[in-house]
Amino acid sequence: MLNNKIKINNKEYDFNEGETVLSVATRNGIQIPTLCDHPDFSVKENCRVCVVEIKGEHGLSTSCSAKAKPGMEIQTNSDRVEKSRGLNLEMIFAEHIEKCATCIWRFECKLLKYAKDYNLLINTFSDRKGKRPVYRFKNAVELDSSQCIDCRNCVDACSVLQGIDYLEIKGKGRNQEVVPTADVRKHCILCGQCALHCPVSAAQEQPNWQDVEREMKNDKKIVVVQFAPSIRVSIGEDFGFDHGEIVTEKLVSSLRELGFDYVFDVSFAADITTLVEAGELLERIEKKGVMPMMTSCCPGWVNYVEYYNPELIPNLTTSRSPQIHGGGVIKTYWAKKMNVDPKNIVVVSIMPCTAKKYEASREEMAINNILPVDYVLTTRELSFMIKKNNINFANLKESKADNPLGDYTGAGVIFGGSGGVMESALRTAQYVLEGPKAKLTKKRLEFNGVRGLEDVKETVVTIAGKDLRIGVVNGIKHIKELIPRLNEFDYIEVMTCPGGCIGGGGQPIPTSKEIVKKRIAGLYRDDTNSKIRVSAQNESAKEIVEWLEDNKLTHKTLHTKYFKNLD
Amino acid sequence: MAKLLDKIKKAELVGKGGACFPTFSKWQAVKNAKADKKYIVCNCSEGEPDVKKDGYILEHFPEKLIDGINLAVKEIKADKAYIFINEAYYKKYSTKLLGLIVDTKIELFKKPHVGGYIAGEESSLINAIEGSRIEPNRKPPYPSDSGLWGAPTLINNVETFYDVSLINSDAYNKNRFYTVAGDCVWPGVYEFSNDQTIGDILVESKNYPKFDFFVQVGGGASGEVLNSNQLDREVGGSGSITVYSIEKHKPIDVIRNWLNFFMNESCGQCTPCREGTYRLHEIINQNKPNWHMFFAILEDLPETSFCALGISVPVPIISYFKNVLKDNQEFSSIFVENNI
Repeated sequence: MLNNKIKINNKEYDFNEGETVLSVATRNGIQIPTLCDHPDFSVKENCRVCVVEIKGEHGLSTSCSAKAKPGMEIQTNSDRVEKSRGLNLEMIFAEHIEKCATCIWRFECKLLKYAKDYNLLINTFSDRKGKRPVYRFKNAVELDSSQCIDCRNCVDACSVLQGIDYLEIKGKGRNQEVVPTADVRKHCILCGQCALHCPVSAAQEQPNWQDVEREMKNDKKIVVVQFAPSIRVSIGEDFGFDHGEIVTEKLVSSLRELGFDYVFDVSFAADITTLVEAGELLERIEKKGVMPMMTSCCPGWVNYVEYYNPELIPNLTTSRSPQIHGGGVIKTYWAKKMNVDPKNIVVVSIMPCTAKKYEASREEMAINNILPVDYVLTTRELSFMIKKNNINFANLKESKADNPLGDYTGAGVIFGGSGGVMESALRTAQYVLEGPKAKLTKKRLEFNGVRGLEDVKETVVTIAGKDLRIGVVNGIKHIKELIPRLNEFDYIEVMTCPGGCIGGGGQPIPTSKEIVKKRIAGLYRDDTNSKIRVSAQNESAKEIVEWLEDNKLTHKTLHTKYFKNLD
Repeated sequence: MAKLLDKIKKAELVGKGGACFPTFSKWQAVKNAKADKKYIVCNCSEGEPDVKKDGYILEHFPEKLIDGINLAVKEIKADKAYIFINEAYYKKYSTKLLGLIVDTKIELFKKPHVGGYIAGEESSLINAIEGSRIEPNRKPPYPSDSGLWGAPTLINNVETFYDVSLINSDAYNKNRFYTVAGDCVWPGVYEFSNDQTIGDILVESKNYPKFDFFVQVGGGASGEVLNSNQLDREVGGSGSITVYSIEKHKPIDVIRNWLNFFMNESCGQCTPCREGTYRLHEIINQNKPNWHMFFAILEDLPETSFCALGISVPVPIISYFKNVLKDNQEFSSIFVENNI
């Protein structure tokens, strides 16, 4: 009797207690195709393409659910397996109407890869779902039913992961369809976790890459791109870099290669956001304003408040988010400096988030009738553009973002991870309250109580002798735990996506808790290596804030209002 | 007087819902399970065509059914028992049943309209009562370990509880109910011995056809198909015999009917069942069916389906080909080309 060993394709492998056959195989480099499997969810085993042959079992077994047992003998690619697996894949193909020509997923598409691996025809069966509708959620996310393969990951993402329950399954059998709920009390908050967990891009961002390409061809326009802090440690994954590897300067070069006229780093704008937000926090404390103050840079969270808890609108900071601050500064301060009419500037944001597309389009963001940001592309859309244009990302020479809007601090960078906005604000609050001469040692700059991937982080920090009661919500589902206890806090950060922006709905696929951990570690590395780690020490940011004040643009550019949403 | 569980064991009672699992083992497992709460469900979903015996018991012996459930409540110390009953039976028998379950721990639970055939599958049935989407769960855990709201749950068919009542009063004669349907003179529900052959049942119920025929036994859609020379077997499954006149039924129509049923009753959870039944139906409706693909899908269904519904799809079709169509000229080339 073998002890904790199984045989896969006649070769012995060790396994850990409770490990699945799929896990042992994958760990040892044996490829088994999967579609519905995702580490964020419990096993559903509904796609039935990971089937393997286990000696002694009657039918084939799904390797995602079969637990390894001592002495088990498994064949992952016998004729019997390949026959059934291939047929199931061909039937799945007939559910997914090919829209490869315009699909941003075509370079990553598992279905196309499997078709090649298994030498399958993708049109063995007639298309089954060609006439099914596309459901569009605001201008941010869409669910193309004609491409859905019924794996239900999007439903799990919306309900199990996020607790929103907006997507549901209607009908049964071949007539089943994932649809937005008919329950008028439920709303999509545009987080895009459905898209992040869809294996075939049926749930996806509403793409804007074509709009951006069109703008870049227009000689009359100056097309400026700004990228979010978290992208620097995630986009590399699409080009063979390790999870969390910092690729900021290759990213900048790739944006230049694509043809953007100027490249700015939103980490700089995040410093501005920090200055505004920390200032507001201190003011609210001093003037006994509405407490606890809550962050508002996560647009999914803002949508949630507007739909589900509008009574919390006064708690949200009036500070706009980094992308809106960045766009606003580009179309005011920078436009003036460059002597360009802001109407001729096109601002494109590269964001880890789908809800940012909606945030950018909100009318109340306009400054003198001009929206600060014209288009938002997700990390995935940018990866697609780079691949489509045959840019060899890995081999690009490194270059730095343009100034002055490229000069960022470590505090701006950590905005990308859960707890980052909070930590950034606390650093600045500490600096402001204790004065520039205060000794801000590494230990005092790093607020470990707000870091990590726990669902809700609670801590008390002492700044200038005052205790601040802090709450950090990591994943929108967990806000419900905090809402009954709001009076126990002074300042709360809420990030809709698990892990924060780093796990955002626009990030590379796959994204999982383990991957998020590595990406966040990358952000903290970048922070630690930064010469300046407090936003209040970013002289360019301070200068711009003062310039906006002198030009009476402070309110229009840096602050906003939110409204109860009734649609 | 011997204890009830010993009597059930001695009677070698097996479930009458179709799966034929030993009743004693099921009861023993739930009884021995350590839990604060335990439940019982009497499965009266009866969703397969040509199976009517549960309805017959509700019509004629409801007291015995309720007695059987009450015995189970007592034996396993259940907190509550549900009779999971299909809409038609509910409409017809609920008044009578409600009168009988006064002062008992039994409640009626009307099968949701959308439930269909799959709602009779144990884990789907649990989902239905709990208000979740009606489709099977992964097993294990089995209901006897973790059923309704995670508590050990005993699920038996109507006839099984009826039999328990008989066993308890020493009146059980190892008989069972058989539904005889289809092209016969006296369709209905009959009581015969457990081991009665199909042929004898047809003869004794005066339903033995005087024309060329074949039968489907053990389930109106999922049951095996036998020719008229194969009738010296027991019926099995849920005890149904459907008689088909060979002259009257065109093979493609017969197959289409089964596939209609399976396609419409598939919950849609897994690829082979959701897509496979749809494609089989599509193929059979083609002018020149792609038999090679047809049999490839039939082979795939039991290999990779999530639950017994998908697994059972080839049972009637393949047995129909092997036992009935082998002498049919029209289909002879299919046999050779597809290795049946």
